[in-house]
Amino acid sequence: MAMTETMTINMGPQHPSTHGVLRLVLELDGEIVVKAVPHIGFLHRGVEKLSEYRTYHQIIPLTDRLDYLAPMSNNLGYVLAVEKLLGLTDAIPERANVIRVIMAELTRLKSHLVWLACHGLDIGAMTVFIYCFRERETVMNIYEEVSGARMTSNYFRVGGLSADLPDGLEKTIRTFAEDMPGHIATYEGLLTGNKIWQKRIQGVGVIKAEQAIDIGLTGPSLRASGVDQDLRRDNPYSGYENYDFKVPVRTECDTWARYHVRLEEMRQSCRIILQALDRLKPGPILADAPKVVLPPKKDVVNSIEGLIHHFKIISEGFKPEAGDIYQEVEAPKGTLGYYLVSDGSAKPYRMKIRPPSFVNLQALPQMVEGSLIADVVAVIGTLDIVLGEIDR
Amino acid sequence: MTEHAAVAKLKEKFSSSVLDVVVHRGETSVTVKKDDIVAICSFVKKSLGFNLLCDVCGIDYLGQSPRFMMVYNLYNISTKEYLRLKTPVEESDARIDTVSVVWGTANWLERECWDLMGISFNNHPDLRRILMPDDWEGHPLRKDYPVQGPGREPYQGRIS
Repeated sequence: MAMTETMTINMGPQHPSTHGVLRLVLELDGEIVVKAVPHIGFLHRGVEKLSEYRTYHQIIPLTDRLDYLAPMSNNLGYVLAVEKLLGLTDAIPERANVIRVIMAELTRLKSHLVWLACHGLDIGAMTVFIYCFRERETVMNIYEEVSGARMTSNYFRVGGLSADLPDGLEKTIRTFAEDMPGHIATYEGLLTGNKIWQKRIQGVGVIKAEQAIDIGLTGPSLRASGVDQDLRRDNPYSGYENYDFKVPVRTECDTWARYHVRLEEMRQSCRIILQALDRLKPGPILADAPKVVLPPKKDVVNSIEGLIHHFKIISEGFKPEAGDIYQEVEAPKGTLGYYLVSDGSAKPYRMKIRPPSFVNLQALPQMVEGSLIADVVAVIGTLDIVLGEIDR
Repeated sequence: MTEHAAVAKLKEKFSSSVLDVVVHRGETSVTVKKDDIVAICSFVKKSLGFNLLCDVCGIDYLGQSPRFMMVYNLYNISTKEYLRLKTPVEESDARIDTVSVVWGTANWLERECWDLMGISFNNHPDLRRILMPDDWEGHPLRKDYPVQGPGREPYQGRIS
């Protein structure tokens, strides 16, 4: 009788389709994956430890570097958490909330564009990569206009925003949000009817609703398994209850379903942006809470009181009442949570980040075991992981 | 502020285990005894519907006794409610039963807690370090672990 042996191969951490520094140890029987063990931590920078040694304002730039494809979603989750800790949630002015929603949805588009580009590229559909990055460039330019940085935005502040929108940017955003559905139709035209694309993703990486909830899958991946859950609708924050949007849900539970859910989410994001632009009225962008909120920049540079005010908040920080809170937002990749513990000092006693990719990646072994090795690449792409937030 | 519906049920079912209930900024934290953690977690999942385990983490209250606090943030997908369970863990016996039998999510989250906080989990299926290298010594998120890393001069400049 012939003997068969399994073979163990190492995929990553320097592998183009592992989206960063993910290492997978795969045990193969021929071309079938018998066992997959992810190894992570190559990008660990100790963000949670560093946070314990910084004031609340100084942590915002660290959050940019978690999911670096969606920095404003991370900023939003963090500032909402701090505002909840301070009891400031209801004091955020309308204009700041509307701009936050616009930016969060642009961020979702930006993140999903990278997902689609890389997912396509991994599977061999190279053209769509160029198209997606062309549109992403527009979002990057908007980022640069509002915050000065293309990726590490550091735009939101506790109590509001660091600056108002520059003149004329509303028009750029509106044009982009109006044009985007046409671009999405182009991507669909390139992919949806494509036989190779269909064969590569239909029935691949199946995870049923019950398993998905058990393993903690969230975001588009959970909704593609038939679970109708979206924090923007279910536990609204930043005024999301004022917008009319659909939460796409599919029941096929495979990569094909996740592809459709994300495309539909991009269309819904465009709708939210257009509604938000209609709601945008002139007004303050910072909450009226001088003990916590940084003064407007024009006061800082023009008056000694403003300068002293700024200096005190930057150098001493503010001291939230002792206690703990947990705040979640619907980030592009799933549920992003911040658990903050205050001991009454100017620095958080403990900050725990619940990154969506970390938990979603945990589902990878059960999604690939028993399937072909080529499908591993498709499943990594469809989970849409970013190692920056997995390793923190 | 009305009391969280789960609190009464927990108090009724596990009257001797519920140590404390705190409401802060509208969020309810229930502190329970360490020994009953798996039974309580199974109950809140099966009977109270908290089917999604959002997060597991440890807090190090250095200088206090008990030193550690385990925190479980839970979410109910149907009723859209949050609940937080906490349980104190002594430094001399820094171990607790795993809840990965209740929620599969807990597997990696508990590995992270072991790796960074040094709280061990009984009956865990795969308790290895996850973020730090396998041969790392110490647990970085403990308060007595220096921020600049072990064996290095403290940073002389200001970090805040």
